[in-house]
Amino acid sequence: MARLDSRYLAPLFITTILLVGHFSYGILESYERTALAIVCALVAELVLGRIFFGKWINLASAYISGISVGILLRSPAFWPYALCSVLSIMSKYVLRVKGRHLWNPSNFGICVLLFLAPETVAALTIQWGNFIWPLLVIWILGSVIIWRAKRIHISITYVLSFFAFAFVRSWITGDPWGSEISPITGPMYQLFVFFMITDPKTTVKSKKWQCIVVFLVAFVEMLLRLNHVVYAPLYALFLVGPTAMLIEIWKDFSHAKAQRRQEVA
Amino acid sequence: MSGRKVARIILVIVFICLLAVPLVMRRIAARREQVNNSLDAGAALSRYGFHFEEVAQASGVNFKHQAPTLDHRLDHIMPQVASMGAAVSVVDFNRDGWADLYVTNSGEGSKNALFKNNTDGSFTDVAAALGIADLNQLGTGVSMGSVWGDYDNDGYEDLFLYKWGKPELFHNDAGQKFTRVSDKMSLPAWVNANTAVWFDYDRDGRLDLFLGGYYAEDVDLWHLKNTKMMPESFEYAKNGGRKYLFHNLGDGSFEEVSQKLGIDTRRWALAATVADLRGSGQQDLFIANDYGISELYFNDGKQFHEAGKQTGVGFSPKSGMSASVGDILNQGRYSIYVSNISEDGILIQGNNLWVPRDETAGDAVKYDNLARAMDVEMGGWSFGAQFGDLNNDGTLDLYLVNGYVSLDRNQNYWYDFSKIAGGNSTIISDAAQWPAMDGRSLSGYQQKRVWINDGAGKFVNVAHAVGASDVFDGRAVALVDLWNRGVLDVVVANQKGPLLIYKNNVTPENKWISFELEGSASNRSAIGAEVRLFWDGHQQVQQVSGGSGFCSQNQRRIHFGVGKNPRIEKAEIRWPSGKVEMIDKPAVGQVYKIKESA
Repeated sequence: MARLDSRYLAPLFITTILLVGHFSYGILESYERTALAIVCALVAELVLGRIFFGKWINLASAYISGISVGILLRSPAFWPYALCSVLSIMSKYVLRVKGRHLWNPSNFGICVLLFLAPETVAALTIQWGNFIWPLLVIWILGSVIIWRAKRIHISITYVLSFFAFAFVRSWITGDPWGSEISPITGPMYQLFVFFMITDPKTTVKSKKWQCIVVFLVAFVEMLLRLNHVVYAPLYALFLVGPTAMLIEIWKDFSHAKAQRRQEVA
Repeated sequence: MSGRKVARIILVIVFICLLAVPLVMRRIAARREQVNNSLDAGAALSRYGFHFEEVAQASGVNFKHQAPTLDHRLDHIMPQVASMGAAVSVVDFNRDGWADLYVTNSGEGSKNALFKNNTDGSFTDVAAALGIADLNQLGTGVSMGSVWGDYDNDGYEDLFLYKWGKPELFHNDAGQKFTRVSDKMSLPAWVNANTAVWFDYDRDGRLDLFLGGYYAEDVDLWHLKNTKMMPESFEYAKNGGRKYLFHNLGDGSFEEVSQKLGIDTRRWALAATVADLRGSGQQDLFIANDYGISELYFNDGKQFHEAGKQTGVGFSPKSGMSASVGDILNQGRYSIYVSNISEDGILIQGNNLWVPRDETAGDAVKYDNLARAMDVEMGGWSFGAQFGDLNNDGTLDLYLVNGYVSLDRNQNYWYDFSKIAGGNSTIISDAAQWPAMDGRSLSGYQQKRVWINDGAGKFVNVAHAVGASDVFDGRAVALVDLWNRGVLDVVVANQKGPLLIYKNNVTPENKWISFELEGSASNRSAIGAEVRLFWDGHQQVQQVSGGSGFCSQNQRRIHFGVGKNPRIEKAEIRWPSGKVEMIDKPAVGQVYKIKESA
């Protein structure tokens, strides 16, 4: 029996989350807005891929970006969905260093919209339903898929770091620990933990550094949370992820340069 | 330069332009708002046809709402729990032809007020003298709102008071005093209610009453059994108060029939209103729920059928705070306005304006949310909203109040609020898990909205320009012609704030016509009666309402603005009994007092 290409596991999973969440709890602002976000991401990827790489790009990644925008972005207007998706995909083609893009596309698009259009958009911060079981199903299923993709260490490191920093925050602020761990029980974190921080294209290469970087994401998130930043995890990844990528690219570049010098010598 | 390089440069330019789109849109919106709000009174009158003057104190109305002090285990979040109770309803309790105001208070031991209209521009509080002031004694709960209806058809409007506590019914003894008759009504011992509506659901000529619970009725907010009394979810909560439908048996007693007739819900109701939404002659019930979807109950006279999902109004969960109906497009059909919560960059729910879809009608009616398209979407942390023709131009405008908790201007609670709102039910439902507010504001000091209808599908906010510039924490708003001038004045009840009376000055060029209805076969208050006015190719339908908005009730008199030099063709009156009466070519500038023909 033919095995399913692992590239399609994540899109399948996120689609399942979307459908279950929506038909159980009506999580979507509307079908039209989500569809718009997905279509814009796909079209942008097709067009830009054709122009800049001369081929039709596999659309799995663009689909995840589009659907993430469709779920995570909250706006009664249509245009932010289209703009966010297009900016997300374009960021992969514009913000590149040495052939690698720096930001997770949907993280970039959503953060930009939150910065620039706060009067029109928000991100999903509420929960899906009242029950623990959908949460457990999503976490278990997500973990299995991420484990198959060999990136479970990233998610685990982040979750453990989050809980540890929740203790620290609770100790500093005096707020109940329950309120500090409360956000991670929401859907924004499910998408964040399984799709954003594990994005293969925007994470560093070595396993050890992947864990360190994601620990730093959790740390910066804590600092932002102590300053009452609502979208702390998104902004933390926005800041830490590209910085780590740049350092790695610079190191690779220096290493290659040194190697070339050695070869010449 | 290679083609790919050129393409890359173009891509970068397009990328930068796209990044600038939100900034440009914000700039355009800000400029438009500035133009609309930078007028003086004369210019506003000339441009928009009306201007408000706040006259509460000048009219002898010095009422300041007090909030309750609940169980000490809620101290850390007291401002947001004890955040309701400022309410206003309009009544002509003594039938002198001048509208009076009943205002609730919510501090333990505080007094409610009945402001009798002295007809000379001043008011006198007569609540204590008539026995309806001292209704917030410790142990009985505190007032949340009131609705007036003549349940025994004796010609005088009776008072139903709903509370976080024991609800009460007072019989109006010919405008001379009020007698407590709650026991005969068999009211429950305790309901944490924030909405009630009088309506005659079975059209037997006697007013029935809907009462909607917010917190569960076994929660005594002054003596908590535990702290798990908060909503189990920010958007899907079903652990709120039960609903009641009291069927009027005609002898002063009522039978509770909600579950028997199909109204069995524990969502957190904050507002309810009733209207004939299908043109069936029956009164349908709309409930705006906090922490969840709205509910719409079609009424066939014997049974209620929930139709929220099928009609489109009960799908996307938000934080419903107010419900009101109005024929905003002058097409003879009601749209429904539901206010919700929006806070820039944090929670953008947007208010809902449910407009019936053109090709749908009757039981198959479908609604589209056109709040954004018609520019009535963003109202901050919105509460009460009411439709009325504020400038008598022939289209219904919308007055909305907002603001949740105004404390420290420089610190807000939104971060902590969003943190907890995203949590699982075990966390969010437990008040002990909520971080302390510590004097911080939560959507405080917000600008009100006065949206005028341009008649072509757009509303424009002119609040500042027309003088509605207060930033109190608005709760209830009621529209009423306080001085029989043929204009709608606005009364606003503010949480922990003063009662405001905005006297409306309208350009005399715009004409008006009003109808004061009295039922005979129908309930005497004529609640549920509709007047359909036809003029200059327009038609507009309005109804006598037994409660709408948030914790409020407008005047019973139906007021139409009809614009400049109108030619009125006819007025069609449809009584709850099913009778239809016509008035041909009614004259403008008059109040028609119509009694249902026998």
